[in-house]
Amino acid sequence: MEGIYWPSVFFLLFGGIACAFAVAVLFSKNIVRMAFYLVISLAATAGLFFLAGADFVGAMQLMIYVGGTLVLLVFGVMLTSQERFVEMKSDAGDWVIGIFAGGALLVVLIWAAFSIPAWQGMDAAEANAVAVKKTVTPIAMGLLGFRVDAPDRSGYFFPFEIVSVHLLVVLVGAAYLARAKRKTTSANLATGD
Amino acid sequence: MPYFPLANILTEPVGAAHYVVVGAILFTCGVLCMATKRNALGILMGIELVLNGANLNFIAFGSRYLRNDANTLGLDGQLVALFVIVLAAAEAAVALAIVLNFYNNHDSIDVDRADQLHG
Repeated sequence: MEGIYWPSVFFLLFGGIACAFAVAVLFSKNIVRMAFYLVISLAATAGLFFLAGADFVGAMQLMIYVGGTLVLLVFGVMLTSQERFVEMKSDAGDWVIGIFAGGALLVVLIWAAFSIPAWQGMDAAEANAVAVKKTVTPIAMGLLGFRVDAPDRSGYFFPFEIVSVHLLVVLVGAAYLARAKRKTTSANLATGD
Repeated sequence: MPYFPLANILTEPVGAAHYVVVGAILFTCGVLCMATKRNALGILMGIELVLNGANLNFIAFGSRYLRNDANTLGLDGQLVALFVIVLAAAEAAVALAIVLNFYNNHDSIDVDRADQLHG
């Protein structure tokens, strides 16, 4: 057990889970199982965020993504899961072309990632010497426009406001789009309701 | 000297390249999901996977533990990742509303049947 660098072991664990269940999402035929595999994959991604030192973003990933967005998706699955839509098969030709193109893309991306020297990590001694910094306060101040971590960089107050209004508009729009349609007949046109 | 990324992964810290590889796998699975699934909700799940792969890259390039030089994105990576998470939530809400509307109108969730705008 000597010489094992445990963060790397946990990286392999979380990364392996994330990748394996992402592939399971791709190859599963059953939409309900796909939703469950996606939950596990995204939760493992949150573990990778924690390992990279992004504790606040990892917590938000668990709360908003796994706890919110995917619950929304699961509700969509439940609302539309008639017998004939639970398992839908794609053409074999689609799969062949897709796997070929996707595999080529993957090879190029992995080759590019490992061909850059600065991305290949540091020594264990160097990594142990990096001081742990908490991220919550700098992120909150950055969203309010004050960068306490790097004063020469700009704040994110304006994008924060834009995204707030965007969320409001999206909520109103989603409620408008998904509302139950009232059947308009001549009878209730006449009575006015 | 050729670099073998998995040769001593258990004894050495991982780098940004390893995170980029995980992100690339998530991205490719998401793109293939979008391309091959016929269920509209399957396509939505593919989009979620793609956004997560991108988020993983932002976090990796912003982390101080993963690069062997000082040129990290710093907190900018984490802030952008937060915006991506929020926008993904918004996108899922609107897309789900559209899917439910399509399901109500066509009594189907097969995207191959959404061809009304086909000229």
